[in-house]
Amino acid sequence: MTIKKLLLGATAAMAVATGAMAQDDKTKVGFIYVGPIGDLGWSYQHDQGRLAVEEAFGDQVETVYVESVPEGPDAERVLTQMALQGADMIFTTSFGFMEATMNVAQKFPDVKFEHATGYQRADNVSTYSARFYEGRAVQGLIAGEMTESNIIGYIGSYPIPEVIRGINAAYIQAKKVNPEVEFRIVWAYTWFDPAKEAEAAKALIDAGADVILQHTDSTAPQAAAQEAGDVITFGQASDMLDYAPKPRVSSIIDNWNQYYVDRVGAVIDGTWESTDTWAGIDSGMVEIGEITEAVPAEVREAALELKDAIAAGEVHPFTGPLNKQDGSEWLAEGETADDGTLLGLNFYVEGIEGDIPQ
Amino acid sequence: MIRLERRPEPSRAWTLATPFVAVALTMVAGGLLFAMLGKDPVAAIRTIFWDPLFGDFASYSRPQLLVKAGPLILIAIGLSLGFKAGIWNIGAEGQYILGAIFAAATGLAIYPAESWIVFPAMIVAGALGGLLWAMIPALLKVRFGTNEVLVSLMLVYVAEALLASMSLGLLRNPEGMGFPGSRNLSQYPSAANLELLPNTGMHWGVLLAFVAVIVAQVVMARHQLGYRIRLAGESPRAAVFGGVNPGRLVVICMGISGALAGLAGMFEVAGPAGRLSIDFNVGYGFTAIIVAFLGRLNPVGILLAGLLMALTYIGGELAQLQMNLPLAAIQMFQGMLLFFLLAVDLLTHFRFRLGRGAVA
Repeated sequence: MTIKKLLLGATAAMAVATGAMAQDDKTKVGFIYVGPIGDLGWSYQHDQGRLAVEEAFGDQVETVYVESVPEGPDAERVLTQMALQGADMIFTTSFGFMEATMNVAQKFPDVKFEHATGYQRADNVSTYSARFYEGRAVQGLIAGEMTESNIIGYIGSYPIPEVIRGINAAYIQAKKVNPEVEFRIVWAYTWFDPAKEAEAAKALIDAGADVILQHTDSTAPQAAAQEAGDVITFGQASDMLDYAPKPRVSSIIDNWNQYYVDRVGAVIDGTWESTDTWAGIDSGMVEIGEITEAVPAEVREAALELKDAIAAGEVHPFTGPLNKQDGSEWLAEGETADDGTLLGLNFYVEGIEGDIPQ
Repeated sequence: MIRLERRPEPSRAWTLATPFVAVALTMVAGGLLFAMLGKDPVAAIRTIFWDPLFGDFASYSRPQLLVKAGPLILIAIGLSLGFKAGIWNIGAEGQYILGAIFAAATGLAIYPAESWIVFPAMIVAGALGGLLWAMIPALLKVRFGTNEVLVSLMLVYVAEALLASMSLGLLRNPEGMGFPGSRNLSQYPSAANLELLPNTGMHWGVLLAFVAVIVAQVVMARHQLGYRIRLAGESPRAAVFGGVNPGRLVVICMGISGALAGLAGMFEVAGPAGRLSIDFNVGYGFTAIIVAFLGRLNPVGILLAGLLMALTYIGGELAQLQMNLPLAAIQMFQGMLLFFLLAVDLLTHFRFRLGRGAVA
């Protein structure tokens, strides 16, 4: 027992010492990714942010990363190893890392943690996310205009508020420009699994969908759409330009670069504090990828107009009158949804068919 | 000319030597791979095999080895009994999930009442969950002659769908703001599978894995069941004449492996993982198959193989962290281990001979 305690003490001492050493020297910034950095989607964009940090600070920083970390005890171990090895700051880039982040942050109060898309914070844990739903609204407009079968397929990852927000935002705009439109939603239960995503896309195309929206990270749905022929898709998380001009007609790009550079800068300056960031199109965190010539000019213009209006704060994607799926009133005429409701969104708006899996 | 000749009996020396030769060859080939990626091969191998055990922060990573190896060993021991008898349970991943679901459901049903009975009840439920899931392919095989490889494998996907449904519905944490996943069982004192001694990584599941190794060793060496398993594996026809009921053996072997996989799921959900979630399973059930073969289907061998596998995981993470090695290279390295084992295995059953054979 005493030996164990000694060892533990030694570890803690070493952790402190290494942390201090690293501060004298370079700022060490760690990243853990839920997928491979080659997914060309979610994890890829976070890694772009890491590279932006390296470029901005050069020799002042050292970055390390571990990819494809399963959410759960493995994440906790990887985070602990990072902290032990002297990381001053760690970005945990998936919702499922929340518990591991909180546990490790408690053990290493001097290390700053930044958790993407979570809702738990501490003195050394910030959260950040992007208002992807703003981009979804723009996608919904294009989708509603472009569909000929009036069936829009949607590949959901997990039925969590973030994904449900996206579905609702896209549906509201699609319905506005095309009252005949119908959404078919398939849940893939994964953020990244090309085989499952391709299967989901094919099933939707077989069901008559000629527009596919996806909230999963691989380009497999784009490939499936290309194979099927007259189906359009949107890049998710990254631009997915390889599939432009068609099937990929536009995209939502998560741009974390500026945020990461700002936050690492704050650690270097010693001005970092725990914050909660939820930024949208106006901040540049959510970008709309180039709308290709496969989209008629007037639709493209309408989409860009909507994008600018959202960025300027003139349009909120969730503006009443809006009813919930069961017909009860959600937002009255002119009323906009507050962030609290949006963060916990767990219902469809009126007109979307099907149930959210529970 | 060099030719292969079947040995009259498998070579004992090679049976023991192959894992070591395979590990050595993996180090050489892996080192080459790392060198081609422009990394120092010696440093990479040292990071993977040495640092988790004796590196600067080994006092943290050594216990983690046990946490990672525990479920692998527990599942692999169960699988090895069946594999020895020629009964192929490939669906341990599904049985692991069902064990976790049964155990979590039991714990959550009693939550928040505190009682000493909760943990034992969860253990029983976990074993039962795995056992019942394994009985599906077992009984289908006995009754209808279906292929247990296929049925048990396919049931993994059914189990994953069930897990998703449980995480989103019945067992979802009512205080989780609508996000999927159950309550955290490791924060519920009566259900928590905590470390038995602080900072050793030793939880009940690891302890049970060690017990399973000893029991399996005794059963295989001394018990009639061990004899029957060996007989059925070596010569099914002789086994039938020797009074072995093949159907009963299938049920017993599948049942034991299912129950042990279920127990592994139970200890994981109540301890290191803490909660049931959609991504609860991370492939222990499949990796355990590799561990079972790497350990030569021998209990002590499996113990060592499980620890070695855990070492490559944790060392692999360190190599990513410290040397920026891509994950794919680490995974190739792990794959090489099994590849070389199977390749070197040839020498157990065959030998090289120079010159022409007498038999056509």
